[in-house]
Amino acid sequence: MRYDVFIAGYGGQGVLLAGNLISYAAILEGKNVSFFPAYGVEKRGGAAMCTIVFADGDTGSPIVGNPSVAICLNQLSFDKYSSKVKAGGVCIVNLSLVNTDGFSDSDVFLIPIPMNQIAQDLGDIRMVNMVACGAYASISGSLGIDTLGEALKKAIPEKNHALIPANIRALEAGAEAANARRKA
Amino acid sequence: MSVNETGKVFIKGNEAVAMAALEAGCKCYFGYPITPQSDIPEYLSRELVKRGGVFIQAESEIGAINMLLGASATGVRAMTSSSGPGISLKQEGISYMAGAELPGVIVDIMRAGPGLGGIDASQADYFQATRGGGHGGYRIIVLAPASVQEMYDLTMLAFDLSDQYRIPALVLADSAIGQMKESIVLNARKQISLPDKSWAVRGRAGDDQQNVVKSLYLGDGEMEAFHWKMHARYQTLSDYECRWEEVMTTDAKLIVTAFGSTSRIAKTAITMAREEGLKVGLMRPISLFPFPKKAYAQLSDHCKYFLDIELSTGQMIDDVRLSVARDAEVFFYGRPPGAGSLPTPEELLEQIKKFYQTVISHQGD
Repeated sequence: MRYDVFIAGYGGQGVLLAGNLISYAAILEGKNVSFFPAYGVEKRGGAAMCTIVFADGDTGSPIVGNPSVAICLNQLSFDKYSSKVKAGGVCIVNLSLVNTDGFSDSDVFLIPIPMNQIAQDLGDIRMVNMVACGAYASISGSLGIDTLGEALKKAIPEKNHALIPANIRALEAGAEAANARRKA
Repeated sequence: MSVNETGKVFIKGNEAVAMAALEAGCKCYFGYPITPQSDIPEYLSRELVKRGGVFIQAESEIGAINMLLGASATGVRAMTSSSGPGISLKQEGISYMAGAELPGVIVDIMRAGPGLGGIDASQADYFQATRGGGHGGYRIIVLAPASVQEMYDLTMLAFDLSDQYRIPALVLADSAIGQMKESIVLNARKQISLPDKSWAVRGRAGDDQQNVVKSLYLGDGEMEAFHWKMHARYQTLSDYECRWEEVMTTDAKLIVTAFGSTSRIAKTAITMAREEGLKVGLMRPISLFPFPKKAYAQLSDHCKYFLDIELSTGQMIDDVRLSVARDAEVFFYGRPPGAGSLPTPEELLEQIKKFYQTVISHQGD
């Protein structure tokens, strides 16, 4: 099985950390992983995006034109990339910052989640990327939430490990929100 | 960076180069910062020194390549790395190393050019790398990794081949392979027998043995003899050290050919083409010098159509055309850098389908 996910937002939303976390979790589950970051001349607020491909065998192209899953954390990335999601794919959207009115692609399953709100309610808006990762794991079924939690030890520097429990709560909240959406 | 339970590490391509250099026993690194390769000196500035090695951020790329020449002349394993503009500056030193039969590893993480250019992934330094950008007539070994694993494995191989043949070796990658992260296995250094370095500089005046390392040949016939000796060595490289990967070429009616980052994308594109019933294969040269000419010639015995894909307006295509049979046709799809992104597999699939139609119209199903 080969999974691919594309994550986009603006610099400061933790797009690359989210990509790293998913990568480490996939490695923990025994997969081969390619993580392809792409960002403009770096500054907070600039566009940030990355693609993660993981598979039991060869990961193949690190570049994916039509991703199976796209996570759009802001309006710009939603406007630019939601139409690239392949037919039958999923677009997970940060409803706190994105207006999805007018999105009409019936072949793409839209999962709107108020990620900023959820992160804020848990105590820190910076955990928006964790909410997104939790939602991704739940929707795609590609990774366990427990594995993501375990992978935090690798993805974040040791000096910040005290924050792991809070981040795990954010992962779980994202998964729950996605689950509720799926059932709705 | 920690080794995972699965025995794998998750690292950048550039870090893999640096780690491989350590594993290969590299004792000296000399460089000057330039995007997109600066992770290599960053890593080595931290780790090489811990292992008793020497790390010098030189005053310029010219300084760095000449330090590499000097270190290699003493017989230790040494390397430098840079990108386009810096590699141009190093050409004089590379020529001197070639002239003095010195090994040494040079890593080129290509960026878009010419001039100052940009930092997008590019393959437009193929000519410079494979033809030798310096003066006097020489060749260097050129290896083109297509994954982070190969960044590791081929960097180690570059040290071995360079020592074995006493020819500088260049690892040629681009910012896509340098900056992406993958899970890789840190293979241990292969224990192979290499010739001793009895040629290394030694001996002061009066000592029993004196070795002088130089690229000056003024004696009668000395220069000509040197050229023919090196020519024979380049031929030996071509006979024994060509490396390439073939994917689904046996029954292919169209063979896509690409190196480095582009070949990764092409590989997925040919898999997609196969799913649609198109008989398409991939030929990926791993060594760009020596170029696997014979392998191309053999493929063109049964497949008469090739599609060369490069992140340039076409450079490797010259070698492909020189290698395939005369009655074979080589199509081209180029993506010179500037669009800010690499081609997608879907984009390459579209090109494959287009050229496949031409093949079918020429020769039928």
